[in-house]
Amino acid sequence: MCKPVDILLVGVGGQGTILASKVLCAAAEAAGFDIKMSEIHGMAQRGGSVVTQVRLGEKVYSPLIEEGCADIMLSFEKLEALRWLHWMKNDGTIIVNNYAVAPVPVLAGVAEYPANVLEYIEEKVPGCTILHAVEIAKSCGNSKAANVVLLGAMAREMPVSREFWQQALDSVIPPKLLDINKKAFDAGYNAVN
Amino acid sequence: MKNLLSGNAAIARGAYEAGVILAAGYPGTPSTEILENLSRYKNVYSEWAPNEKVALEVALGSSFSGARSLVTMKHVGVNVAADPLLTSAYTGVNGGLVLVSADDPGMHSSQNEQDNRRLAALAKLPVLEPASSQEAKEMVLQGFEISEKYDIPVILRITTRIAHSQGYVLLKDPVSREVREYNKNPRKNLMVPGYARMRRIDLDKRVENLRLYSEDTPVNCIEGSSSAVGIITSGVSYQYVKEVLPNTAVFKLGMTNPLPVQRIKEFAGSVEKLYIVEELEPFIEEQLQILGINATGKDLFPNTGEFSPGLLRSIFARAGVLEEDEHKNAEIDDAPAVPGRPPVLCPGCPHRGVFYTLRKMKLSVTGDIGCYTLGGLPPIEGIDSCVCMGASIGMAHGAEKVSPVMKDKTVAVIGDSTFMHSGITGLLNLVYNKGTSTVIILDNRTTAMTGHQDHPATGCTLMGEKAPELDIEALCRALGVNRVNTVDPLDLSQLKETIKNEIDAAEPSVIIARRPCALLSKEPVGPRVEVDLESCEGCGACLKLGCPAISMQEDKASVDPFTCNGCGICIQVCKFGALVKGGNSSV
Ligand SMILES: Cc1ncc(C[n+]2csc(CCOP(=O)(O)OP(=O)(O)O)c2C)c(N)n1
Repeated sequence: MCKPVDILLVGVGGQGTILASKVLCAAAEAAGFDIKMSEIHGMAQRGGSVVTQVRLGEKVYSPLIEEGCADIMLSFEKLEALRWLHWMKNDGTIIVNNYAVAPVPVLAGVAEYPANVLEYIEEKVPGCTILHAVEIAKSCGNSKAANVVLLGAMAREMPVSREFWQQALDSVIPPKLLDINKKAFDAGYNAVN
Repeated sequence: MKNLLSGNAAIARGAYEAGVILAAGYPGTPSTEILENLSRYKNVYSEWAPNEKVALEVALGSSFSGARSLVTMKHVGVNVAADPLLTSAYTGVNGGLVLVSADDPGMHSSQNEQDNRRLAALAKLPVLEPASSQEAKEMVLQGFEISEKYDIPVILRITTRIAHSQGYVLLKDPVSREVREYNKNPRKNLMVPGYARMRRIDLDKRVENLRLYSEDTPVNCIEGSSSAVGIITSGVSYQYVKEVLPNTAVFKLGMTNPLPVQRIKEFAGSVEKLYIVEELEPFIEEQLQILGINATGKDLFPNTGEFSPGLLRSIFARAGVLEEDEHKNAEIDDAPAVPGRPPVLCPGCPHRGVFYTLRKMKLSVTGDIGCYTLGGLPPIEGIDSCVCMGASIGMAHGAEKVSPVMKDKTVAVIGDSTFMHSGITGLLNLVYNKGTSTVIILDNRTTAMTGHQDHPATGCTLMGEKAPELDIEALCRALGVNRVNTVDPLDLSQLKETIKNEIDAAEPSVIIARRPCALLSKEPVGPRVEVDLESCEGCGACLKLGCPAISMQEDKASVDPFTCNGCGICIQVCKFGALVKGGNSSV
């Protein structure tokens, strides 16, 4: 039995990580995987860090990924990628949104937002992908679809075929927003070489 | 058919399939989504009660009347419901009764991490502990069967990781929803000493029968065989054990009270070294100690916080049960410091100005539980204490009674949902015992902290029906408070003036700070704030509001137009008139 594929989705409350994990799970479900998904809500709406852990495989026991074992990290915000970096395995895949949300202690001037986050991550994880997901989403018609842009970029790295992703978008995204989100997904998919 | 469901959605499904007729609860993370999900099954009646005690009493009444009944709450809610709970073990049930206790190891969103298996044991109630969403659903059905067969309420004890993790659940058709016949039976249901003594003896018999049941139930099952190491575990810890030691003999306990003592003895005898892997208290371990069974538990595993596969791996490696992996992850010891991202009051939150004002006035503030508790954290730091729901009013009264220093500077703050949960009796006491405290009710028209549930003052029920709206002012007057003022918390000068007047008054007073939660509306509260850079002196007074929209950029205040909700309290705080209403309210 192969080890499950362990995926972390990290970001800040309000960035749409939950919707992204819904689409991800729907696609994995369509592809026939066993799935465990764990998220901590509660404080999410109040600007705190949010993390969703998704595990796909033949048979998955733990809903939690083991520290140092995550295969893929999709980070909606730079600092959050750094916060969860130690959760990644050595040759893991990282896709990070080139976007910063300053925590309130930083805004209040009592803490500092590190200057060189992306450089540091690139140095530690050569081959990580850095995307301007918000700009890409804007060019697709709505900056709020940045979460789906990121998802599209991740889709390339996943053992789930395109048709299942399409199915998942169809089933999870409200019809009104489907066109923009499909565009955003494709733009993310094609942004990675 | 199978669906990917959270533990909470699975429990709701289980209640539906088990033919539950009535469900009641009070919100509380991580239990809230059970009733939110169940309320979508239209043929099950569900309601939010004002607190957990009432919820359990409602369910008891419906159970006595013959209906399968479900009650849900977070772990500390069971403290509130403990009074009816402990005696309901004596009476037993008619229609089955299952109480879900959602414990929160690690305190993701709680003020403590009590292990409610201990409370269940105190109450002599059977406990089921699911390890997955599928089991969570099945154990609701099993819980009702046990409850009716053994004439006793059943505790379904889940933890945050079960409640909020998703896995596949096989859906089945519901059993038929029938109310059993009601027979008046005072000797069973009327707990006066004479009858209670008999029920107490009967309870021991029922518990003994449950002990036999626990030996037989398939949810207590042994997996694998290895004479070297054996592990006893329950709940989500089972999944971590399987992850880390897939081939080791495991005795998985789905029913942890009463324990299957005989089978545990046999299992212990079949292995050389026995470990007990349980989050929080050594509940299983201590019972094994009493039985004289040698096992290692809390010597190795922490009694606080959540477990994880990584934690178990390192502990079992240190114990020599498995080999330590060399570190697989990237070396990141030299990573830049990552600032924390604590939860904060939202932009436009009506609570912010109240705590800013209380802090400015240098008052001593007894607090309560809700979003507003965040007003006690830096930079606002406008609350001195917080213990449990409803405590603020009693604590303010006690402080004022004993301390001349506290007497004219103590204020209690309490949210609207919390006031109705357990603040009303505190206020009654304040009036009766001639206190003079000032109570501020932060009425944001919702139960915000747990995700905006309705309550008796919102005019709407859990199932979406219109309901009578509590008149909080009239209630306070009826309790004997003569001085009841209602203010808009976004008007800081009126707020300050009112607080000052009421503190000075030599009798109890209530200030209702009323303004809907900023998240209830998609529209901003007012025009977005802009900075007049010429007027800004860079003094940083606006930063004291802890607003996520405000920061300093090159020594001048800056307001992020996307984050600003236009509440305008920063405009009132700036002495230099540098923060002004923007012209265009949409960005
Ligand atoms: C006994 C108990 N039940 C439930 C909770 C969970 N809980 C914490 S605060 C809260 C309600 C807060 O609502 P409100 O008082 O209206 O304040 P708001 O969050 O809206 O500001 C709830 C349900 C708890 N901590 N203790």
